[in-house]
Amino acid sequence: MDSKLVVSPSPHVHSGESTSRLMFNVVLALMPAFAVSLYYFGIGALFVTLLSVLSCVLFEYLIQKFILKVQPTITDGSAIVTGLLLAFNVPSNLPWYIVVIGSLFAIGVAKMSFGGLGSNPFNPALAARVFMLISFPVQMTSWPLPIESRLKYIDAVTGPTPLAILKEGLKKGDTISQIADQIPSHLQLFMGVMGGSLGEISALALLIGFAWLLYKKVITWHIPISIFTTIFIFTGILWLVNPEKNADPIFHLLTGGVMIGAIYMATDYVTSPMHPKGMILFGIGIGLLTVIIRVWGAYPEGVSFAILIMNAFVPLINRYVKPKRFGEEVKRNG
Amino acid sequence: MSKLYNLTKGILKENPIFVIVLGMCPTLATTSSAMNGLGMGLATTFVLFGSNTVISLIARYIPDKVRIPSYIVVIATFVTIVDLVMQAYAQSLYEKLGIFIPLIVVNCIVLGRAEAFANKNGVVDSMLDGIGMGLGFTFALTLLGSVREILGAGSWFDHKFIQGDAILVFILSPGAFIALAYLIAIFNRLKK
Amino acid sequence: MANMESNFKNMTATLLIISLVASAALGLVYQSTKEPIALAQQAKINNAIKAVLPEFDNQPGNEAKTVPVEGGELIFYPATKQGQPVGTAVKTFSNNGFGGRIELMVGFLPDGTINKVAVISHKETPGLGDKMDPKKSNFSLQFEGKNPETFKLKVKKDGGDVDAITASTISSRAYCDAVTRAYNALKEGGKHE
Repeated sequence: MDSKLVVSPSPHVHSGESTSRLMFNVVLALMPAFAVSLYYFGIGALFVTLLSVLSCVLFEYLIQKFILKVQPTITDGSAIVTGLLLAFNVPSNLPWYIVVIGSLFAIGVAKMSFGGLGSNPFNPALAARVFMLISFPVQMTSWPLPIESRLKYIDAVTGPTPLAILKEGLKKGDTISQIADQIPSHLQLFMGVMGGSLGEISALALLIGFAWLLYKKVITWHIPISIFTTIFIFTGILWLVNPEKNADPIFHLLTGGVMIGAIYMATDYVTSPMHPKGMILFGIGIGLLTVIIRVWGAYPEGVSFAILIMNAFVPLINRYVKPKRFGEEVKRNG
Repeated sequence: MSKLYNLTKGILKENPIFVIVLGMCPTLATTSSAMNGLGMGLATTFVLFGSNTVISLIARYIPDKVRIPSYIVVIATFVTIVDLVMQAYAQSLYEKLGIFIPLIVVNCIVLGRAEAFANKNGVVDSMLDGIGMGLGFTFALTLLGSVREILGAGSWFDHKFIQGDAILVFILSPGAFIALAYLIAIFNRLKK
Repeated sequence: MANMESNFKNMTATLLIISLVASAALGLVYQSTKEPIALAQQAKINNAIKAVLPEFDNQPGNEAKTVPVEGGELIFYPATKQGQPVGTAVKTFSNNGFGGRIELMVGFLPDGTINKVAVISHKETPGLGDKMDPKKSNFSLQFEGKNPETFKLKVKKDGGDVDAITASTISSRAYCDAVTRAYNALKEGGKHE
């Protein structure tokens, strides 16, 4: 890192790792999922990802240079990660202008308006995803079918996600066993053979990335594991109570954005708690909200909303679960 | 304070929305289109003008302890007049603005001007203040409504200039907060 | 400027006078706007009926007939021209919308054919279910000129003849549900003589 004097908000404890090094590892960990996505969604996935990364980096540069008038920091790689995660959270047939508008929102509104990297209360990629979902509901919920759509971009054949099939079936009054034959098997879900956002489909690829991040100590296990456990237990209870009206817990873990959300979005340093206890609290909150939205909410999927809502609670969690100050014992009189 | 200043201060220098940041409820809720913003603004302007005039005339006869209830009755009277007149002659706008017309009663700007200005100043100054503040409010709501309608529906005063949908979030409630925040930020920047 | 003393007598008198003046003013305004308001409301109903039926010259609002059904009520507005029936507008509803209740005005010709359908109120998602509004998409046009006798009022997914709104099967289903409700009630004798 450059030896400039940087006044930054917390956390101040420095591990000797630079931002760009961390970001590089995150990008690396996302590569298996990207490969799977290229395999299933082909050129659409490639185009949307490249466009999203490029426009995020470009917007970051332009805003820092011409509006904020500071030295651009695009070399730290955070805009690349935001661009990648943004692309991973949208369908691979998303029209180009929506990708660009989403990137502008992620960088311009969710990140730079709050003061840039380290000051944004909400995960930029997720904030942009929700913004796009509300703004362009048709385009954001038309999911290309895997494999068939490999050589197509805008004209891809689309179909619903397993969660959407579930929601619609239940709303119509069908039971799980009536819906079951429209839903891919657990193994297919694990490998990623389903409609969905381009980076969220393969649990296997995302878990490989998780292992890499843990090995490199980029993230700790607390947030993802507490999210998985909460979702598993909560949906497990519902399933045991009425298996005809509630999908099984494995299904809930493998579908939608649970994997990518828990591993890559919820663990964003800037928008998650600092203390392990706080992280677990944060993860439980996300898990509970996700299931509540999925089971009783209007939308079929709730991971992005759940993470954003819990992002808003992070300052509160940090207040109650404080990390020890570096170099001193915490006195309980303050 | 000159008369001219009393009239113009509300439009930019002491704009009730962008500077004083009062009356956020109708500001956020009714500005889904430029027309709605304009209608709400003008309705509020009428109430402000009426209540400021009457209150500046009667303020000195009102015992201090029943000041607020008296003002509220005066304001509520004007609001009900607006409500009835709109129902009779501007039915479609009345339906779009819905509950927010009666809610002008509790708009902080109206009571705020009564308390902060009309009960201390003469009738002409109060009238001008009411008009100025009302126009400032109208200006802000129309601007916000325009921004939201252009971005969210691709039209301005119901004249559509793009096919299909635009960035829908701007005509929904989250878009109101986002657009208002950026307008206030731009306003602050320009004021410097 | 010295205000009046805040004693009981003064306070009561002030509030009394203000309230009296205010109510007098309001009474006056009420009297003078009463008629225009009634006219405006009638015009509103007539406009809604005009939007779904061919030309008529009676006041269907005055001949309206309310039929209670499960979950709410339907209102029938018979329209005539020079004494001849030109059709019936039915205000109908469905509680199965994505955002709850949907209210429609369906215009039936005397032979039961759907003339036009208009949306009175809905809470569907903007950009998705709100496309049921004829101003937003052509979804509702497919019902025009169809007789529910031969045109199955169900979305294609459920084996009917209706093309659902993209990504809004639930809203489309509710729409069909509301039209079906109106048609069934009409057949059961809501038809005017």
